Amino acid sequence: MKIFSIIVIPIFILFVVLYGFRKKIDIYSSFLNGAKDGLKTVYNIFPAVLAMVFAVNIFLDSNVLLFLLKPITKVLNLPQEILPMAFLRPISGTASLTIMTNIFEIYGPDSYPGFLSSVIQGCTDTTIYVLALYYSSIKVSKTRYTLFVGLMADLVGLIMAFILTNIFF
Amino acid sequence: MISILWTFLIIIGIVYSLITGNIEVINNSILTNAGKALELILSLLPTIVLWSGIMKIAEDAGVLTKFASFLKPILSKLFPSVPSNHPSLGYIASNIAANMLGLGSAATPFGLKAMSELQKINSKKDTASNAMITFLVLNTAGVTIIPTTIIALRLAYGSSSPTAIIAPAVISTSCSCISAIVIDYFIRRGKK
Repeated sequence: MKIFSIIVIPIFILFVVLYGFRKKIDIYSSFLNGAKDGLKTVYNIFPAVLAMVFAVNIFLDSNVLLFLLKPITKVLNLPQEILPMAFLRPISGTASLTIMTNIFEIYGPDSYPGFLSSVIQGCTDTTIYVLALYYSSIKVSKTRYTLFVGLMADLVGLIMAFILTNIFF
Repeated sequence: MISILWTFLIIIGIVYSLITGNIEVINNSILTNAGKALELILSLLPTIVLWSGIMKIAEDAGVLTKFASFLKPILSKLFPSVPSNHPSLGYIASNIAANMLGLGSAATPFGLKAMSELQKINSKKDTASNAMITFLVLNTAGVTIIPTTIIALRLAYGSSSPTAIIAPAVISTSCSCISAIVIDYFIRRGKK
């Protein structure tokens, strides 16, 4: 498993470059074009990232979570930041990302909470946000059981993240 | 919705710290937060630029289309209510493929196109069809092979093995994806 985590990126890049070479596209200028788009993406998302980091940090620094979640996190033996991260994840990816970086800052990315929060961020999605965006684009208001299935799937991901972190870590 | 969340976080945070007399901490927090946001975006910048470049090669070389054509026969089995040559299946395949490759911004246009195609064969226009539900749960529970953002942040915070989380993340997200398909299947069958 360790090997997989190490080789997946080099193999993927090798594959993409070889594929592009065989298709005789101008790999270098494709890369530059993409990189330029990437720079624009960073420019475009910065205000939203700043807004979220600002709000989430006010929320976290107020210690209101300590008050609300202490009984639960004590029982599950979790760092107090994990649950709010899991709750915010379906609504805003940036909000949960901010909590993840807070965890990195406090415990370090290679600590147990750092590893767990990385896996959670990696295996769940902004389910509520995506559903709202996609359904509102075609003006569907009765979404039936979509949200239920989506959140159940995220819950399975969350539980698996917890189990696998205890195995891998 | 994001707007409500944002307002809620700020109000709760400030009011709670006023009540508990913790306001000095919040004052400092407000003053330093913008700097933290800049730190965050700066640690993401090189990775986003690098991967946008790599993924552009993949897109221009047709890796995405190839990937989508692999997925298409599997997908058509998951959408029994959609005719097998319907254009929506192509968009769905491209959307899922783009999500798997971590091409979030490329995935959304395909996804919106897939929804509008599915809407054309939907009998009740204000209600989600079975196919729409299957597509969206696949989309949100979909597998991402390389979570580049997380890896970048782990690296920035000094991780000695930033990619170590790939295997557990891929396994958990696969479980979440399979359970989405299974739960969706049973609900759909139960409603017939």
